[in-house]
Amino acid sequence: MLDLRQYQSLGAALRDAFARWPNETCLIEADRDREKTRLTYSDFKEMALPLARALEDTEFGPGDRAAIIMTNQSKWLISAYAIFYVGGILVPLDYKLTAAEHLQLLAHSKSNVLVVEYYLWRAIMQSPEFKTLKVGTVLVTEAPASAELASAFRWEEFRRKGEPVFAARRREDVACIVYSSGTGGRPKGCVLTHENYLEQCTSLTAWYPFWPGVRYLSILPTNHAIDFMVGFIGPFVCGACVVHLRTLRPEYVRDAFVRYRITYASLVPMVLKNLERGLRAKFDELPVAKRTLLNVIIGLNKLLTRWRPNLPLSRKLLPQVHKAFGGQLLALFTGGAFMDLSTLQFFYGLGIAVANGYGLTEAGTALTLNDFKPFRADTVGKPLPGMELRILNPDSEGIGEVAARSKTVMSHYLDDPELTAQTIVDGWLLTGDLGRFDGTGHLQLFGRKKNMIVTEGGKNIYPEDIENVFEDLPVKEFCVFAANYIWPAKALGKEMLVIVMRLEQGQEFTEWFRDELFTPNRRLPDFKRVGGYVIWSKDFPRTASMKIKRTVLAEEIGKTLDRATALVEL
Amino acid sequence: MPTTDQTLEEILSLAASHFKVPREKLSADDDFFKTLGIDSLQTLDLLTRLEHHFQIELPDYELQGVSDFRTLANRIQARL
Repeated sequence: MLDLRQYQSLGAALRDAFARWPNETCLIEADRDREKTRLTYSDFKEMALPLARALEDTEFGPGDRAAIIMTNQSKWLISAYAIFYVGGILVPLDYKLTAAEHLQLLAHSKSNVLVVEYYLWRAIMQSPEFKTLKVGTVLVTEAPASAELASAFRWEEFRRKGEPVFAARRREDVACIVYSSGTGGRPKGCVLTHENYLEQCTSLTAWYPFWPGVRYLSILPTNHAIDFMVGFIGPFVCGACVVHLRTLRPEYVRDAFVRYRITYASLVPMVLKNLERGLRAKFDELPVAKRTLLNVIIGLNKLLTRWRPNLPLSRKLLPQVHKAFGGQLLALFTGGAFMDLSTLQFFYGLGIAVANGYGLTEAGTALTLNDFKPFRADTVGKPLPGMELRILNPDSEGIGEVAARSKTVMSHYLDDPELTAQTIVDGWLLTGDLGRFDGTGHLQLFGRKKNMIVTEGGKNIYPEDIENVFEDLPVKEFCVFAANYIWPAKALGKEMLVIVMRLEQGQEFTEWFRDELFTPNRRLPDFKRVGGYVIWSKDFPRTASMKIKRTVLAEEIGKTLDRATALVEL
Repeated sequence: MPTTDQTLEEILSLAASHFKVPREKLSADDDFFKTLGIDSLQTLDLLTRLEHHFQIELPDYELQGVSDFRTLANRIQARL
């Protein structure tokens, strides 16, 4: 691995990685079971530099912003390196957002270059707000020959000969603007510096190292902080290899572990549960005698690995299970305290280490992670090297808001000093999550202080972001909340958004009304939908400028109404 | 080539048998996440079944933002 302390920027570290491991494979891209691309570090560089050179010709340079909207694939990483090479700031946008949301964030981030996959560009061009797009240069990947691209260029043809000039950046310069949420009212663009990333990478690889030959299966979206770090920067500064699949179909994901002998992968809880379901179904198909024997072996494995994992032993005891994961798997990573204990325990029982961690975009990537000394399914692990964590105003059980201080914490929220001042106080990042440290230094999470939910797919959903779809609801007023924000629960999981409605005088909630709620709710992606409603009989408290006082309203509802009776699921 | 209505009917029948729900409980404009009580990964499983049935290949992105059977049928029909 490169000694990252010596580097000022991601671009500089990556440039040295390409020089150091020219013949190692850095990228494999497969479309389902068909391998499309396999690149060495040298090949990768040869593809990125002509793009960097062409970007220079558009006068894109140090401090300019370039957005990427793509699914996980080689051109994502190649474009990112080209942008860093010429000193640009990367704005990775979530490809699952709608075209209108993409346009909104492109405007908010003031990006002047956009790299986008054809199917996403098509949607952006068809959006009624397309005329508001102010990006100077648009590069579209994989566009069919006959495709109409408006004024965009084809990524594959956007290349110039000659050596681009490497633009040196300093550690405190901005590397990326990553939106942790917010397309509705208030986009939260986390401004992260080169130092944030270099420190995060050093910290993570101290516990989970990469080296040439290691293969990381990149499934989480690369725009997400975790995959950007462990599915790009981490492996690349260590000479390792990233594997991209152009699909998330469970059968191809399972197949990829074997085909590419994967070493590490990060998975959202939903995918992990899916793998668990698949394995359990296979176990259930076994004849009784074999099933009994398997249970005995799993019991033995659990006993022998109760203090720490012993991978060679587990591979010998349960060879079929480990073969199903390719036989080279060292660990799977997952995030979020809403991960079922039973799922983590199920995998650990088989000798497959699933490292549960905790982090947020505002803090770089990860703050805590399980180190398996010993395995603790009930926690999100210990603070990673360099992370300072404390619990603010703990209650009698030691539970309070988790605050973090480290070199990985973002610089600020883009163009939002007020929100920055509320979030980073005296150098401490207030996470809005409630937690407690146990006697052995492991962090346990107990819920959220903030009005938001995290889905099983790992997405942060803020109520303010979805309220506008309910604008035509024929009620006096309404407001969307996270249910646990109204009725604080010292638990995570099964989180839900609820809509609180104040009806007009004389109005009654009928079946017709329910349909009126269903229709706009259906316009939202499934993971953003409201799961229930509450009827509230008083006017909402508002500020002088008529904004709803959300905190006051939530407190009042929580004190007045009982969740079990007031909250009706849709 | 089947009509869109025939395609839609085949999708509804397949979804009913795949997720073991009575066919009459499903209709074209249903939100399949809700009616079938499935998550997005299980939807991808359904997509694989449909690919085999119609002998086509549907990239994952074709399903992005789709949550009802009718739209799904239109996407499949366009590739038949």
